[in-house]
Amino acid sequence: MRVRSWLLGIALLVTAASAVEAQAPVKIGMITTLSGPAGYIGAEIRDGFMLAVDIEGGKLGGVPVQVIVEDDGFKPGQGKQIADKFLKSDKIKLITGIVFSNIAGATVPDVLDAGAIYVSPNAAPSNFAGKDCNKNYYVVSWQNDALHESAGQNATNLGYKKAFILAPNYQAGKDALAGFKRYFKGEVVGEVYTRLDQTDYAPEMAQIRAAHPDVVFQFHPGGLGISFMRQYQQAGLLGTIPMVVAAPSMDTTILKAIGDAAIGVNVSAHWNADFDNEANQKFMTAWRSKFGADRLPTFYASQGYDTALAIGAALKGVHGDLGSTDAFRAAMLKADFHSVRGAFKFGNNQHPIQDWYALRVEKGSGGKPVLKTIGKIMSNHGDAYAKECKL
Amino acid sequence: MNLLFEQTLNGVQFGVMLFLLAAGLTLIFGVMRIINLAHGAFYMIGAYGAALVGERTGSFAVAALAGLAAAAVAGLVIEYVVVRRLYARDHVQQVLATFGIILLVNEGATILFGRQPLYLPIPQLLSGTVQIVPGVPYPAYRLAIIAAGLIVAIGLAAFINRTRIGMLVRAGSTHREMVRALGVNIRLLYTLVFGLGALLAGLGGLLAAPLLSVQVGMGEQILILTFVVVVIGGVGSIRGAFAGAMVVGVVDTLLRGFLPTLLHRVMTVSAADALGGGLSSMGIYLIMALVLLIRPQGLIRAAS
Amino acid sequence: MLQADGAIAAKAFKRTGALRAAGIVALACGALALPFAATAIGDPALISLATRIVIYAIAAASLNLILGYGGLVSFGHAAYFGVGAYAVGILYFHFHEAAPFLGFIPGTNRLLIAVPVAVATSAIFALVLGALSLRTAGLQFIMITLAFAQMVFFLFVSLKYYGGDDGLIVRRRDVLLDFDMADDTTFYFVCLAVAAAYFFVFWRVVESRFGLVLGGIRQNERRLAAIGISTYRYKLVAFVIAGAGAGLAGALMANFAKFVSPDLLHWSQSGDLMIMVILGGSATLFGPLIGAGMLIGLETVLTGWTEHWQAVLGPLLILVALFTRGGVVSLFTAPGGASHA
Repeated sequence: MRVRSWLLGIALLVTAASAVEAQAPVKIGMITTLSGPAGYIGAEIRDGFMLAVDIEGGKLGGVPVQVIVEDDGFKPGQGKQIADKFLKSDKIKLITGIVFSNIAGATVPDVLDAGAIYVSPNAAPSNFAGKDCNKNYYVVSWQNDALHESAGQNATNLGYKKAFILAPNYQAGKDALAGFKRYFKGEVVGEVYTRLDQTDYAPEMAQIRAAHPDVVFQFHPGGLGISFMRQYQQAGLLGTIPMVVAAPSMDTTILKAIGDAAIGVNVSAHWNADFDNEANQKFMTAWRSKFGADRLPTFYASQGYDTALAIGAALKGVHGDLGSTDAFRAAMLKADFHSVRGAFKFGNNQHPIQDWYALRVEKGSGGKPVLKTIGKIMSNHGDAYAKECKL
Repeated sequence: MNLLFEQTLNGVQFGVMLFLLAAGLTLIFGVMRIINLAHGAFYMIGAYGAALVGERTGSFAVAALAGLAAAAVAGLVIEYVVVRRLYARDHVQQVLATFGIILLVNEGATILFGRQPLYLPIPQLLSGTVQIVPGVPYPAYRLAIIAAGLIVAIGLAAFINRTRIGMLVRAGSTHREMVRALGVNIRLLYTLVFGLGALLAGLGGLLAAPLLSVQVGMGEQILILTFVVVVIGGVGSIRGAFAGAMVVGVVDTLLRGFLPTLLHRVMTVSAADALGGGLSSMGIYLIMALVLLIRPQGLIRAAS
Repeated sequence: MLQADGAIAAKAFKRTGALRAAGIVALACGALALPFAATAIGDPALISLATRIVIYAIAAASLNLILGYGGLVSFGHAAYFGVGAYAVGILYFHFHEAAPFLGFIPGTNRLLIAVPVAVATSAIFALVLGALSLRTAGLQFIMITLAFAQMVFFLFVSLKYYGGDDGLIVRRRDVLLDFDMADDTTFYFVCLAVAAAYFFVFWRVVESRFGLVLGGIRQNERRLAAIGISTYRYKLVAFVIAGAGAGLAGALMANFAKFVSPDLLHWSQSGDLMIMVILGGSATLFGPLIGAGMLIGLETVLTGWTEHWQAVLGPLLILVALFTRGGVVSLFTAPGGASHA
């Protein structure tokens, strides 16, 4: 009798102890841009990520998580400060969320130096894909250049011979133009770097007109994209010189702001709302029921969602224990989740290897312009920096 | 050649925008001798007023009136509540108080309208392009802005130089005590001048709204250049504000348009564009410094 | 009667003097105890906050010399703050890349070298820009200092090699003897020591004949010129000293944040410094410290409650400008203006 009650007592104690341990949720820090003209991008990433958490009832991969979201205000210094707070005061070991490459450049080194893990749902500058790659740094979206390589290939496929290319003068902008040039087989008749705080593109419109290109490639994410497209149309260029862009320059928010004027623009992307694989249908249904049929997710939301799934798969593999980053890495690199894009795996530099698709803006069934998937541009495409990474 | 022409037009259009802001600011500086860091707030309020009403009504004309009204009312309110008490204070207190106004107005706009930028569509009539010079289709709306600015400049000059109130404004800027001694209600005069400045700034804002995006902080971006225009042109002079605005607008745009391209020959494109952009921005301030050192009262002295 | 008055006055003076000494001792004790208290209550982020306040106090104090004591409304002081920070950042960059600056100046990660270089660089910038600016006065002076600061801002934005507006990362803090500068508490004490030394020197300068002349220039420049003092020279010296002080603060800031960007030189940063000086009390010794503490403290506390904290700060600044004659410090000193200068 006594032995049995002792055993029972011990069993209860052990269960209680493990229950208490299992109840402490894994803290995930999200540093993202929630204010300013690009603020909707951070909101999309956050909403996509939290949708995955909600579907699992506050868990990822069966492990309870607590997501702490902070706004970097589009300032590298602020991103750095938040990371400092997460690492030192909140003792967070897993950080995600950064939208812009300049903020990533200032913040990610601090995270990695502290031995913590960073999983990028968006920004993926070239240095971290190559010589600065790190075993605790993962990217779930795309490598910056690769995104624009798809646009360069698209422009070549469409038969254009002379291109005028523009992007803002920061790491992602440089990666964009480098990526485009790598796969565009025609001639670049003009190359311009705009400013991240620029609102008036009239001088650039004049330069485009003077160069007589047969296609324009531009990378201007967020609010910059809206301003650029509006002024491109106002300058009378939209009807005369076709445009080829990558997904960030024509996401559904920009499309909504531009309206019918955007019809005909060619977009290359790794995801579109009309993909019919099972994972995407689950995502779209859940999204519609949470946010209503009027708010279409951008690809940023799909990336936030995929990032949550990827982290969930890794957390499941380590049973929620972030004590060993090597164990986490082994679990993460298996990519044991169903991406809304379809095929997905990690390359040796822990950046994605995935397919790229050609989309076009066309008039949808509801009378409003929509992004329609037309065909595939590339399959199983990695990035140009993988060989420089020693992992 | 066409490129040069188009860029010059861009410069003139930018100059007109600066003039609308600078005209009000130079009057406020000149007549009331008060540093108003919050002048950009009226630019923003005009733009927001127009964008919000434009969204509801779909009519640019109504939106424009709303923008003007919003800016004028804001100007009168701010003058009555805060600025009035700053006339007797030193520059330091004025800077502090008007900086506080900027924070309050910007944050207030964020609270009321959120952080997403607003957009105002260009009026249908002006949404096309016009070929002033064959081969250069220039946006009609930008031409309209240039025209509007010229009309305002002429109207303002007439007002200042040919009406009685204009005479009081001129007198108030150079011989304040005398004007007061003559029994003129100086308080009312100041309020009117401030309101007029706010109105002009609001006009600039609502004209800019269809081109750029309407967002918090848009006033401060253009305000620094406005100060430069006022100093180059001469404090208190409308003609000076116009001359200064044209100089700054055209020089800034031409430098921005051509300097990076010139530098492309000697360095990588990214470095060239960064350096070119930085140098062309510096260029304007360099000009201002030169003017201040050689002719501190500005290009055109206010009529004494 | 007169003797009694004199005795009362002397007693009052001694009382304020004693009060002031007590206040300084309390401040010092609080500052020294802070890291231990912060760790004890489990919020080590307070140490970082305090370090930031200390650094900005030095910057604001340097502005106070020309703005408060000298009456020169310089709207471009952030330029010298930023130049000091960039000096440290660029030196570290060249150290890290193991390639000398301009081909012959080697980089360094030693604090004892980097800081004097930063201070000297800022002083040189202040000398050149000040020599030009001080030829004007009043509104023109304010505008020209703003213009020059913007020029330096755009200069750093245009230098893509040093990051441009993406900023420059300083991977590790500069080393100082054997101290572990990566440790927040150690770094805090280093900054505190520098600040104490700076404020001591500042006090001596302000109490000296130089400080008296500067105060006189603020009150009535024409009269001083009439008695033969070269006011331009005095103003320029003050301007250079102020710039050097800002450079010192900038050098510490680069080490603290491990990041330099042109934002440090933006005119809104100049505005922040002016607010700290005016809010705390211009032309007082500890006004800038109080102002820095208030502004940064308010920002941090208010951000916790609402993201719209500037809607609270704005009206506060307006009220202080309209209703106090000398910032917050003036609320605590005798209305007769017993403070020195």
